[in-house]
Amino acid sequence: MPLLTRLWIKTALVYFVLGLLLGILLAGQSAGIIRLPVQGLFPSYIHFLAVGWISQLIIGVVFWMFPKYSQQKPRRSDALGWVTYVSLNLGLALRLVGEPLHSTTQAAWAGWLMAGSALLLLAAGVAFVINTWGRVKEK
Amino acid sequence: MPRLSVWFIHASLIYLLTGFLLGALMLANNGVEFIPSAWALLPAHVEFLLAGWIMQLALGTAYWILPRHTRGLARGSAELGWLSFGLFNLGVLLAASSGLLSGAFQFAGRVLEVLAAGLLLALIWPRIKAYGA
Repeated sequence: MPLLTRLWIKTALVYFVLGLLLGILLAGQSAGIIRLPVQGLFPSYIHFLAVGWISQLIIGVVFWMFPKYSQQKPRRSDALGWVTYVSLNLGLALRLVGEPLHSTTQAAWAGWLMAGSALLLLAAGVAFVINTWGRVKEK
Repeated sequence: MPRLSVWFIHASLIYLLTGFLLGALMLANNGVEFIPSAWALLPAHVEFLLAGWIMQLALGTAYWILPRHTRGLARGSAELGWLSFGLFNLGVLLAASSGLLSGAFQFAGRVLEVLAAGLLLALIWPRIKAYGA
């Protein structure tokens, strides 16, 4: 299994646990058991599970198992793979910080963190699709 | 990889890009407002990523990778597979049309998604089998 795939899958498992923990916090807040100091965590909860966990797991397995791009470059480009990995995870981390702080404080800099997060997540999607498109082919 | 899986997976990658683009617009707009009505994109964002990207990738990969039939058509009726592909993608587009078309179209979209998934599941169900079966 390539290094990037191991990183994607292990990071996906971390997001799975973090997503479930965020779910506990949000349910505790709804039930009045826990008082959180910030608002606006629900989108991070959804995106930790849908992007950080499921999509990242898929991306790691696709990079590893899909048909070879060529004999010389079986996984096409490791560089694009790294762009995908770093952008996706930095984007999710910025979202976790920026969105609750913006919801709670309305600080402009927190809004710009969200915009940065949006650009990073979009860059991750573009890099992954470019690297994968040519590997999806008829035998 | 069979041609039908190539189409399913390429379509799923297009939905991934489109869904991420819509999500990025909403997230950035929530931080630094530049499109006041950006939240209207939410139903399409959710539909494109959950059905168009994740479900469709799973369907296309299952059709490709599950054990083939040892007799007759290797993956069953290709026509049914293509019908499933067409219905599923029409379903995703209709289900994502909230704000553009009336609720009846979103309902029809969901029905088409279920029909399409049912067709493909009927094709792959007998291919889930023990070694040598």
